[in-house]
Amino acid sequence: MDVTTLTLTQLREALRRKEISSVEVTQAMLDRIVAADNEIQSYLTISDELALAQAAEADRRRAQGDDSPLLGVPVAIKDIICTKGIPTTAGSKILENFIPPYDAFVVEKLKDAGAVILGKTNTDEFAMGSSTENSAYVVTRNPWDKSRVPGGSSGGSAAAVAAHLAYAALGTDTGGSVRQPASFCGVVGLRPTYGRISRWGVIAFASSLDQVGTFGRTVADCTALFQVVAGYDRRDSTSLNVPVPDYEAALTGDIKGLRVGVPKEYFIEGIEPEVETAVRAAIAKLEELGAEIHEISLPHTRYALPAYYLIAPAEASANLGRYDGIRYGPRVPGKDMIDTVKQTRALFGPEVRRRIMLGTYALSAGYYDQYYGRALKVRTLIKNDFKTAFEKVDVIAAPVSPTTAFKIGERVNDPLSMYLADILTLPVNLSASCGLSVPCGFDSNGLPIGLQLIGDTLAEATILNVAYAYEQATSE
Amino acid sequence: MNLTLEDVTKIAHLARLALTEAELIQYQQQLSAVLDYAAMLNELDLDNIPPTTHAISRHNVMREDRVEPSLPLEDVLFNAPQQADNQFLIQSVLEE
Repeated sequence: MDVTTLTLTQLREALRRKEISSVEVTQAMLDRIVAADNEIQSYLTISDELALAQAAEADRRRAQGDDSPLLGVPVAIKDIICTKGIPTTAGSKILENFIPPYDAFVVEKLKDAGAVILGKTNTDEFAMGSSTENSAYVVTRNPWDKSRVPGGSSGGSAAAVAAHLAYAALGTDTGGSVRQPASFCGVVGLRPTYGRISRWGVIAFASSLDQVGTFGRTVADCTALFQVVAGYDRRDSTSLNVPVPDYEAALTGDIKGLRVGVPKEYFIEGIEPEVETAVRAAIAKLEELGAEIHEISLPHTRYALPAYYLIAPAEASANLGRYDGIRYGPRVPGKDMIDTVKQTRALFGPEVRRRIMLGTYALSAGYYDQYYGRALKVRTLIKNDFKTAFEKVDVIAAPVSPTTAFKIGERVNDPLSMYLADILTLPVNLSASCGLSVPCGFDSNGLPIGLQLIGDTLAEATILNVAYAYEQATSE
Repeated sequence: MNLTLEDVTKIAHLARLALTEAELIQYQQQLSAVLDYAAMLNELDLDNIPPTTHAISRHNVMREDRVEPSLPLEDVLFNAPQQADNQFLIQSVLEE
């Protein structure tokens, strides 16, 4: 049996039945990473010794009767989430060799659940990007076509899960950074409602939009990881103090009578015909399974991208003010303290600098009302669009990205064309809804296409169940 | 919206970023393009629309005023590029 081909849920059963030990599984995964990740470059750091120690501990816990939900299951973590004792770089030279003194909330939850941490996955620098090419370290390749990007910014996590280099992985989604790479890599990716998961210990990009998300090869796998990391934490005052439902039990596959909205604004010019065809076929499948299909309108969709590219950079310019070479990270000495800060901050890559500049401008005296202030008002309109829609439908179905995975290097020098990759995902981040990507076929180049399912505030169980119903009805 | 080179130089200073001449010119073009795109928002009448700063607003989240353990000093200083006497060491900022 090649254990690396098992799904997370299959592995969990095998571990429960003691057919295999966590040490064996972890070693098999680490061997596979050594053999295959040279080509994919999904990991920035492989924490092999710690992983094997955690696996041995999981096996001891198992022997004592412990049956924690992810006991002994090897997973990967996006390198923007702090892991105590394991380098965490956010894909940036400005955090080269940074070793966090504490674990993020989600890492604490993973450890409590008994998961084994294989390592840290590649990301666009500070999660700013849609292709993972903005990493200061390596270019991750799409496992389906190595000349193409895996999407981003959580491209390392998506590629690792797609290439069987982890059973599941954590990412973050500020404008689509879980759903879009999930779509490009043919895996399942969930971006929960803002506040569903504590952001404590997640390196901040845009604090009002950032949220941790989960990747799995199947809907059940993605859900199993989400089940463990969801929750309130008083160290993040924006996390929601509401109970965590049993998401795994909600995967019944029954969607009879469910109202599915199809927003006409999401099938716009610029969508590849093959993407539209696959998504429309998936929606027809939902109807076949008993769902009611309604055409709906989210009238302000086209304003989401310009609003986002003012709000997110504005928040980023403030959040990234902390990188000054004083308390952590490298320091580049200058002629005085201010110059030292300026020289040190030149370690930021081009996209991060671009967004800091844009955000600084949008917030600066004389321009605040014209740019940032207007964008916040547009955010209200976008949020209200979803509110109105969810009075009529239970779930919204749409494409994840207008295209399938593009070629490495194709868009790096044209920021606006790169930003367009997120045009259909970032409305969710601006609103109070949740979203996911589930594979719904391939284009003629053999590249995966994703179906986006969007749910109302805290309706993760609903969208996961719709994805599950679709997946069960279409898997061979 | 066309930013001048002077605008971009000022923003770089405000953002505390050391940029080369070539980078300033590149950002002048790229930021102008993004701001042109953002001008799309001017199509909307936003006069009576309130702003939204967070997806789900919460106000004045309070906790009890209680002393709790914080990170040990050695952990706090572990990643510091320079330190002395249990403090972060920087260049002097005041003239003699």
